[in-house]
Amino acid sequence: MRIEAKLLLFLGLFFGVMCAVYWTWSLENAGGVMMFSGMLLCFLPGSYYFWWSRRIKVRPEDNPNATQESGAGFVGTFPGSSIFPFVLGMGAFFVVLALVFGIWLLVPGFALAIWALLGGTSEGRRGGNR
Amino acid sequence: MSQDVITSPTSHEAHDEHHGPSGLLKWLTTTDHKIIGLSYTITAVVMLIIGGALAELIRAQLATSNGHLVSFAQYNELFTMHGSIMIYLFVGPFAFGALANIIVPIQIGAPDMAFPRLNALSYWLYLSGSITMLLGFFTAGGAANFGWVGYAPLTSSLNAPGAGADLWIGGLLLTGFSAIFTGVNLIATIFYLRAPGMTMFRMPIFTWNLLVTAILILLAFPVLTAGLIMLYADRHFGTHVFSVAGGGVPVLWQHIFWFWGHPEVYILALPFFGMATEIIAVFSKKPVFGYKGMIFATITIAALSLGVWAHHMFTTGVVLLPFFSIMSLLIAVPTGIKIFNWIGTMWRGEVWFSTAMLMSIGFLITFLIGGLTGIYLASPPLDFFTHDTYFVVAHFHSVVMALVLAAMGGLYFWGPKITGFLLNERIGKAQFWLLFIGTQVFTFPQYILGLQGMPRRMAVYPLHHDWVNLNAISSVGAVLIGISTLLFALNIVVSWKKYPAGDNPWDAQTLEWFTTSPPPHHNFYRLPQIRSERPTWDHNHPEHKSVAHASREN
Repeated sequence: MRIEAKLLLFLGLFFGVMCAVYWTWSLENAGGVMMFSGMLLCFLPGSYYFWWSRRIKVRPEDNPNATQESGAGFVGTFPGSSIFPFVLGMGAFFVVLALVFGIWLLVPGFALAIWALLGGTSEGRRGGNR
Repeated sequence: MSQDVITSPTSHEAHDEHHGPSGLLKWLTTTDHKIIGLSYTITAVVMLIIGGALAELIRAQLATSNGHLVSFAQYNELFTMHGSIMIYLFVGPFAFGALANIIVPIQIGAPDMAFPRLNALSYWLYLSGSITMLLGFFTAGGAANFGWVGYAPLTSSLNAPGAGADLWIGGLLLTGFSAIFTGVNLIATIFYLRAPGMTMFRMPIFTWNLLVTAILILLAFPVLTAGLIMLYADRHFGTHVFSVAGGGVPVLWQHIFWFWGHPEVYILALPFFGMATEIIAVFSKKPVFGYKGMIFATITIAALSLGVWAHHMFTTGVVLLPFFSIMSLLIAVPTGIKIFNWIGTMWRGEVWFSTAMLMSIGFLITFLIGGLTGIYLASPPLDFFTHDTYFVVAHFHSVVMALVLAAMGGLYFWGPKITGFLLNERIGKAQFWLLFIGTQVFTFPQYILGLQGMPRRMAVYPLHHDWVNLNAISSVGAVLIGISTLLFALNIVVSWKKYPAGDNPWDAQTLEWFTTSPPPHHNFYRLPQIRSERPTWDHNHPEHKSVAHASREN
């Protein structure tokens, strides 16, 4: 976990230094704000990972001498199939088309999106589509 | 069917074959990263064919000085949609949607992507975004026609009144969200689903490059998405973010676009760098030369890439030339390290000139040409001279065609893992030579045309003797590239299910070659002990085990 944290913190630090040099030298705001935001976007997860890395035991994937047996156990629940990503995707499709061809397309767009959100959530609570 | 994944190196129960829907319903409902990756691959290749067909029309128009194949308005649509399709809908999604989706989880020993349903949603957003953008061709005013960079004020409702522009914006919004979700998924997968012993500094270079690419996606794409929303608001809600008339700043669009656009160049390139690295190592029968150097070069490229955007804006007169010139020139250093390491990997190796290897060498040479001409463009005096000429067109086509060569290498290399069947090597080599020679014949005349001052985005040009000949030669190059693509299609037809691949046809090194071809549901029946960045090699060649990296990391 420490390598992951260090990677993000290094990038955040680099963007911070680059931002300071650029903003003070150019006095141009758009680029300065975007670089500053980039720095924050790296520091936010980076500091979270760093905080956690000091409080958890070394994970099997971080242990260079780990055996496959050390990773045995529950990994996670992976849904085998679900129609709802497709339904939500089509809902987003109609919403975007509504921006171009007419507001009425929001009706099927939002209907599909709401169906997908409700269905996907209940499917997730049941543990996936069976 | 939802499955709780329990890893146990001695039991197969957790990896029983999946019995879900079949037929069309399987493709609509799948959350398996391999099938989603295959859907991405097919869609991206279709986009490549459509974008390539538009390119052939452009080159046919330019084969003579006063071509009448298309009208000026149609020509504007052609170059806009050619660029948009290739950049937004082919190169990026093929890299981080298609091959990354299929290969990254297997390379790190994961059963799937961390968020399988989000992964499926990413694909459907990409497909619907692609269709949205292409719908522009079927509207009364035609497709978007302001160039793939969509500079203000060309995109205003006054200058681009049709639905095609809105469909372009909408398509980009959808594909942008798709990319962001894929970025989140890749990072979570790599951070949380690695197999025991697969430390960060044992991950294959391809996976490392995809991790850095995913971070860049999260830094860059939201900026473009925000810009597109502002652009749509300008067009329809009466705001004036990018129009002078209402107190807005047109050049702000360029800042926003290129703050996404230049990291995007590396978002496109880094995955293909990773592919070439894997291929060169395998077909040189050596570990990657300078493994950690390659990783640090990738991270350095990503870090610098956020500070170079305005080298696209040198001629606007409102950007800090020395800063952007220095930062852009600096990127040549880590890129040079990569090229040095690729050559170092081949040096004194047992080089096997398979199609995948030839494609990677072709990538290396073509990318070097594109990279060196990029260094010229990082110098403001030279950029002033060549800005908006065919020199720039040639430069980025060298870069992008290098990526296409690497992509083809990736398909020949990993295709057997995905489908279980090898492609015909003889047809593959013929395809390589046509593609490689075609690329150089296509781009070299454009460099000369640019230096002679021919502007880009012109449907006709003066009847200058050199320009006519050089354009004709460039068009011949485009035809060669087109034929090479047809050869690839022919190869798939000829080779389909003809040459079984086996699990590891190339005697390759990384984890994806440890499992079956194609891999089972949740990827592995068992995993080897991981003690280096080449676990499959270590398992298959215990007499030549790799020296373990990262004994001190945690």
